[in-house]
Amino acid sequence: MGLAQTGSISGKVVNQDQKALQGVSIILEGTTSGAITGANGDFKITAIKPGAYTVRAQFVGYTAQQSTVRVREGNTEVNFQLKVEATSLNEVVVIGYGTQRKKDLTGSIATVTEKDFNPGSLTSPAQLISGKVAGVQVISSGGAPGAGNTIRIRGGASLNASNDPLIVIDGVPVDNKGISGISNPLSLINPNDIESFSILKDASAAAIYGSRASNGVIIITTKKGVAGGELKVNFNSLQSLSNKTGIVDVLSADEYRTNLQQYLEKTENDPAARQAKLSLMGNANTNWQNEIYQTAFKTDNTLSFTGGIKALPYRLSVGYLNEDGILKTSNFNRVSGSLNLSPKFFDDHLSININLKGSLTQSRFANTGAIGAAVAFNPTQPVHVNQYDLNQPLSAINTNLGGYFEWVDKNGVPLQLAGKNPVSILEQEHNTAEANRSIGNIQLDYKFHFLPDLHANLNLGYDISKSHGTDIMPVTMASAYSLKGTTSKYSQTKHNKLLDFYFNYVKDLGAISSRIDATAGYSYQDFIRDEPAVQYVSGVGNDPARNPNKTQNTLVSYFGRLNYSFKNRYVLTGTIRTDGSSRFAPGNRWGVFPSGAFAWDIKQESFAKNFKALSLIKLRLGYGKTGQQDLTSNDYPYLAGYNMSDDASSFPFGNTWYNILRPSAYDQNIKWEQTTTLNVGIDFGFAEDRISGSVDYFIKKTNNLISRVITATGSNFSNILLTNVGDMENKGIEFNLNVIPVRSKNVNWSLNFNATHYDNKITNLTLSGVDDPTSPGTPAGATSFIGTSLQYHKVGYAPYTYYVQKQVYDAQGKPVEGSYADVNADGKVDEADFYHDKSPNPTLLLGLSSNITYKKVSLGFTMRANLGAYNYNSVAANTGYGEALSFANFLGNASSSIKQTGFLHNQQTSDYYIEKASFLRMDNINLAYNLGAIGKKVNLLLSANVQNVFVITDYSGLDPEVFNGIDNNFYPRPRIFSLGINLEF
Amino acid sequence: MKHNYIKVFLISGFLIVFGTSCKKDLDRKPFYDVTSASVYSDFSNYKNVLAKCYGGLSLTGQVTGDGNADIGGVDVGYLRGFWQIQELPTDEAVIAWNDQYLLPMHSMDWTSQNLLLGAMYNRIFLQVMYCNEFLRQTTDAKLKENGISAADAAETKKYRAEVRFLRAFSYWHAIDFFGNVPFVTEDDPVGAFFPKQISRKDLFTYVESELKEIDADLAEPRTNEYPRADKAAAWALLANLYLNAEVYTGTPRYTDAITYCNKIINAGYKLEPTFENLFLADNDKAKNEIIFTIPYDGTNMKTYNGTTFLVHASVGGDMNATQDFGIDGGWYGLRTTKNIVNLFSDISGKTDSRALFHSSGQNLEINSITNFADGYPITKWRNITSTGAAGSDKTFVDTDFPVFRLGEIYLIYAEAVLRGGEGGSVSTALDYINQLRQRAYGNNSGNISAAQLTIDFILDERGRELMWEGKRRTDLIRFGKFTGSNYLWPWKGGIKEGKAVEDYRTIFPLPAADLIANPNLVQNTGYK
Repeated sequence: MGLAQTGSISGKVVNQDQKALQGVSIILEGTTSGAITGANGDFKITAIKPGAYTVRAQFVGYTAQQSTVRVREGNTEVNFQLKVEATSLNEVVVIGYGTQRKKDLTGSIATVTEKDFNPGSLTSPAQLISGKVAGVQVISSGGAPGAGNTIRIRGGASLNASNDPLIVIDGVPVDNKGISGISNPLSLINPNDIESFSILKDASAAAIYGSRASNGVIIITTKKGVAGGELKVNFNSLQSLSNKTGIVDVLSADEYRTNLQQYLEKTENDPAARQAKLSLMGNANTNWQNEIYQTAFKTDNTLSFTGGIKALPYRLSVGYLNEDGILKTSNFNRVSGSLNLSPKFFDDHLSININLKGSLTQSRFANTGAIGAAVAFNPTQPVHVNQYDLNQPLSAINTNLGGYFEWVDKNGVPLQLAGKNPVSILEQEHNTAEANRSIGNIQLDYKFHFLPDLHANLNLGYDISKSHGTDIMPVTMASAYSLKGTTSKYSQTKHNKLLDFYFNYVKDLGAISSRIDATAGYSYQDFIRDEPAVQYVSGVGNDPARNPNKTQNTLVSYFGRLNYSFKNRYVLTGTIRTDGSSRFAPGNRWGVFPSGAFAWDIKQESFAKNFKALSLIKLRLGYGKTGQQDLTSNDYPYLAGYNMSDDASSFPFGNTWYNILRPSAYDQNIKWEQTTTLNVGIDFGFAEDRISGSVDYFIKKTNNLISRVITATGSNFSNILLTNVGDMENKGIEFNLNVIPVRSKNVNWSLNFNATHYDNKITNLTLSGVDDPTSPGTPAGATSFIGTSLQYHKVGYAPYTYYVQKQVYDAQGKPVEGSYADVNADGKVDEADFYHDKSPNPTLLLGLSSNITYKKVSLGFTMRANLGAYNYNSVAANTGYGEALSFANFLGNASSSIKQTGFLHNQQTSDYYIEKASFLRMDNINLAYNLGAIGKKVNLLLSANVQNVFVITDYSGLDPEVFNGIDNNFYPRPRIFSLGINLEF
Repeated sequence: MKHNYIKVFLISGFLIVFGTSCKKDLDRKPFYDVTSASVYSDFSNYKNVLAKCYGGLSLTGQVTGDGNADIGGVDVGYLRGFWQIQELPTDEAVIAWNDQYLLPMHSMDWTSQNLLLGAMYNRIFLQVMYCNEFLRQTTDAKLKENGISAADAAETKKYRAEVRFLRAFSYWHAIDFFGNVPFVTEDDPVGAFFPKQISRKDLFTYVESELKEIDADLAEPRTNEYPRADKAAAWALLANLYLNAEVYTGTPRYTDAITYCNKIINAGYKLEPTFENLFLADNDKAKNEIIFTIPYDGTNMKTYNGTTFLVHASVGGDMNATQDFGIDGGWYGLRTTKNIVNLFSDISGKTDSRALFHSSGQNLEINSITNFADGYPITKWRNITSTGAAGSDKTFVDTDFPVFRLGEIYLIYAEAVLRGGEGGSVSTALDYINQLRQRAYGNNSGNISAAQLTIDFILDERGRELMWEGKRRTDLIRFGKFTGSNYLWPWKGGIKEGKAVEDYRTIFPLPAADLIANPNLVQNTGYK
């Protein structure tokens, strides 16, 4: 044997139009050899040992191709014609009741697939697409383990009905209202099982879901097996550490001592009284916020098996997640399983798709009251008190209270009005719950033997959850002391059923250059929620029974859709849906929701074909009506209902206690809320879609808003009635841009930028149709027992606009205590001088994602910015004044805002506390290293990730991102550091 | 091929049938709540509905601790709102809490947007609505339609009379507070419409005629089951109405006031021997004196409204919440001004047992309304029984709130006589007043002479006897001392020394929210 002889491979890579492609990577599988195409698309790989090889050509934006060649001495020629990746051409998009070719889309639909998902430690599915799609806002409600998210598509269209989008998982519209025993019902879905999201934003896209579509629809598709595929095992594991990003700025113990002295000098004339207050101080220097937080560990593991046993494609996954929260004692634990089977029978005429998902969760909820308590608790006092100490008579009796310091009276009884030790709250209260949920469906799709263009599709689904929890507060907890400890047990069962049946007919009519895609069907959904009476027991006994709760609602719908495409460039879509809701009286029960849309693929026109740089230009126009019946409070608002009180709210006649029957406020004429949306959009692409994107303009008008409005006194059984009153208008523009700045052999860089602008305004909100400009409007948001509402719904303003007093400032720019502007100029300052200030809604939302791959390393990040939103800094308003330092017989602490304001008394209604809450947040930064093949079969990927990297803002509170603007001690979002490993074999 | 068409036909047929049957599923009914149709077809429910007409005065919601509230937004409950409105703008009470809507009660510069006034207005009309509904659903025709037996129908007739009394009671508060208000009866619908406005004078006439009409159907005095209203309750309301008729309508009706006082006095009521027992946890036993009461119970009526508020809010400082008041802690709220304290020469209670003040650790002068140490708390309301035992619960109080009692009727009688009413005599009036004083002093040492029995004495005596019982604002208005500058008290008009207040403030503004919601309404004079 002489010298080993070698051969070479050469060839050319072109695109669909036979145009040479430069920069294409040519990889010789199983070797380290490779090449990259030159300006004319040519490549050559030399010095190859003879043998059989797989040659692969890959290029960003194109579907990779491979070819098997036998290399001999000399040159072997291999040519490739790469096609633009299906994502932009023949891709099929999941829409309601079926799929559609992307090029036939006429509505505003965004899709996000796995490769674009946010990486890192995510417990709930919605976080995967945060910041990725124009017009979609995902706001986490805080940093608690398994915490919920508020999702808003185009800002929401309702006032008092739900503003949550409809979420459909594998064809089952799920119940995303709360499940007791868990903070977020969607956290029962393992994000690792998800393949893609389709977000239907405008009416023409969403109207097929008519009754539940006013706030958009999110369709989630989970991963599936592949027919005839080999078994692939994937193990994904992520370990994370979370930490607080900061604490609320309050006075330190030393600052407190100085401030209390100064405050008492100003307000307490009697030296003895002053001294009495000062003597309440302790010697400790406790930073209460540091005491309640911890560094928390989380582990998230998913093992999946994907493949196909002959004609039976399958995917099975199991997940295990255990997450500690940064607030001490909070924990969330989830075991999840998912099974998908998608066999086909009778020569593929019958396709069956079975999805089963289930999860078992356990939560321990830390009492978030500890967060506010830590802000306001006195820093001169210690966390623990030990033994009986004669020198500290006040703390001496605290041995009754689990060894925690508490404010007590001379008998050792905790003071009712005093703040409670936050560490005691966390460590002593034991609030745990288990929640189990299963979502599943079987979908039968039958392609008729005699007419294969016609499909009949039957979908039977369920969404069932069962949960129960126990909240134990021992007698040693100050707040449960007078009741000698309490235990409450609750449980809940939810049974939701679904039946869909539809026919689908697709026909290419080549003779007249047309294509028809028609769907007609029926849907039935039923929701039952059952909550047995809470079992409440206190140590003092004497606990009357509570009332149970059970409620049901049903939706029956008929729908149809026709998609007509002419010459592959003019597309018309019409949909109609008729919905019946059990929430309305028979006469108002049915709503009809039509939509129509038109799309024009201009690029297909001969005049446009000359613009080579332009790879896509498509105009979309859509108009449609959607409905809303998702009342948040009551499933029977049209019935003259009577409510029976619990035993603790009864009334005596003679020696007998009678439970009270109360007539409830009702509106027998309540009916559908309707939203009309006009959407105009353009999709564009340049340079073979290296630059692509879309612009959408929309106007949403909601009529017959289901609102809780103040009724004319004397007309109903409450001052506030849920009825159809008012109109709202929401205008906006969305911009989405994808750019591939670099595409080469070693370096690939892709960027996504999206921007959304809204202008949301209430246009009418009274039954009489007359609005008095001097009136505050309808109170919105929570009102406390003795408090007032800070936000109002008011004609001409955005929902939840702040209603406050105009602060007067001195020459130095310092707010003058208790001095407010005479806004109505009537010569006196009173309640009539409150004015409508800013709103908590951002006016501009921006998102930026970037991903750079260099050889086997990739680096990505996602950033978001919100502009134009304002918060009410409730933490500062509630504690930022002198009175908060010292109470009748205990001491507190104040927000550091007292250093700026010098306020002595509570000035809660001052607009001083309305602060600009614009921010730029880096949501995550991710570094991944793909080691590729290790050994023969194993593929290994390592990643490191940081979430909530930084926030740039002028807002003085802890975190500017607060849904609805009232910043009042929510569970802080942690910074999370994660390391991940992904093994596939 | 044919076979397949049949299949399609069958499937379609199945769907149509299935679809139709599912439409019936849209008729969902509540599982636990009932509807008006079923409630009134079963007589055993009637008392539970009647319980709401009464209970709306005591409770604010359907679930323990004021849960599942009757009204939205700011709600203070009927009695708590009533008490605050009657007491805070007077010399009898200051409250330390700086809730945005409480402070204008002291400075007397409330506007139509005041949330306390708005909540009280809502509460008054909610009572009217509950009563109207009961009356609408229990007409003779409805009873017949629902198959109610003759015996049960006769019982229902009594309920209806009591319900009309309760409606008149709340309309009286509407007359007293707001004057010209929306007017609805059982003849109006329930829904979304705009009720008409009625004048103060016309509403007075309506309430008067209602109370007279129901007289025959109400139970004889002191014969109805506790705490249901009887004839005497309606008479006591009429006596109050006539006493204030000059304010309400411009026409004095003192003779009528005396007539109804006499009816009550002749019905066999007696003064409770121990004054303090009228305000304790077992004051349901003081039936001889109390004519109509709003009941509370720490076990079966868990609300922060009513006497739970009164007892807790008046405890603070160095007062012993558990031992002396039977509660788990004070709320550091209510005190009184020196004007009331000074009505007594000895504030210890040893001379006049009605001098129920806590002075230790407190300042008589009120330098700051929000400082609990300024002003004396009144210790009248307690959750301790007459034998010294604690109430059944330390958070929620057992003490009932006496609305009308014989002591007040004596005072009305005396005042009406002094104001020129006929049918009574000064000597009887003097006797009644001295009966009150003998109970307070425990002997004759506090008795007054006929010469001392002046109209001004009556106001002072009402202060001593009825302080913190929710009467003061109406009294001061009747005596011309509420507004203007001829009588001042600390923080009247918002300054420590007190200052004059505009005369239009003897009635409150209609809430701005209702003026917007109901285009038929015209605002009271002086207000925007």
